[in-house]
Amino acid sequence: MGLSIAVATGLYGISFGALSVASGLTVWQTIALSVLMFTGGSQFAFIGVIGGGGTGSAAFGAAALLGVRNVVYGMQINRMLSPRGWRRLTAAQITIDESTATAAAQADADEQRRGFWAAGAGIYILWNLFTALGAVLGDAMGDPKRWGLDGAAVAAFLGLLWPRLRGREPVAIAVACAVVTVAVVPLTAPGVPILIAAVVAAVWGWLRHEPRAQLAAGSEERS
Amino acid sequence: MSLWGWILLASFVAYVTKFSGYLVPAHLLQNERMNYVAATLTIGLLASLTAMNAFSAGQTLALDARAGSLIVAAVALALRAPFLGVVIVGAVTAAALRAAGVAQ
Repeated sequence: MGLSIAVATGLYGISFGALSVASGLTVWQTIALSVLMFTGGSQFAFIGVIGGGGTGSAAFGAAALLGVRNVVYGMQINRMLSPRGWRRLTAAQITIDESTATAAAQADADEQRRGFWAAGAGIYILWNLFTALGAVLGDAMGDPKRWGLDGAAVAAFLGLLWPRLRGREPVAIAVACAVVTVAVVPLTAPGVPILIAAVVAAVWGWLRHEPRAQLAAGSEERS
Repeated sequence: MSLWGWILLASFVAYVTKFSGYLVPAHLLQNERMNYVAATLTIGLLASLTAMNAFSAGQTLALDARAGSLIVAAVALALRAPFLGVVIVGAVTAAALRAAGVAQ
């Protein structure tokens, strides 16, 4: 499991680095996102809005909202590991999809602890190394459209969404939010459609939550 | 605020968001409605980002080579291709459609 996660992370990091530079961020801004933000979905959201011509504030909003699921992950890790002091501060930074999924996959408390720290720290190092590599490569490639990097961004977002589309309810939410986005693009400033879709999704979840419906937050893996 | 400012602020908020999960009392973990909202929010945002990147050009809608990338990426995902493979076929599709003059 560890090796496959490491390889997937490295390849995912190269994609992010190259796409970030193609979206108009500098190499150092790309590196800063990976070192400081360190949550892939939010990082992709941030550069996706900037690449689409959105403002910094819209990119901030999209990234912040996509990070909300990490609250749930933090609660799960806190229940499993109960870290204290500096360990808690460090654990928070590496609380992401993969480290939570790795810990949750273990039955034994010691294995959960080992899984969380190994996956979190390992991915942190690999993610940053490969992001920097991707950014430098992307910078050297020149015109992003000639290489189809805008098409790569579309594929990347669909790739992030895909594992979450298990069952009819998630598919319906995804279709509704995509339709709303396309409908309001001509009416609002770039980046704002994403925030409108977020409101639709949150209201949907609030009104239609069913105890038996499982959208499996924290238990899915990307690849 | 400059782009650097937004990057730093968004990174700070991302950390505070993660850390806040460690401060939530355990009984709130049982709140299925909040867990459900967190999951629907994630799905909605990713779907919206996919649609925006596929069909928008600033404030107008556009049907171009990126739509081809979307279709081919969906096929690749249905065939269980790994993440980087999906990203690469997305790029190759858009580049090939442009090189062939089929789409902009």
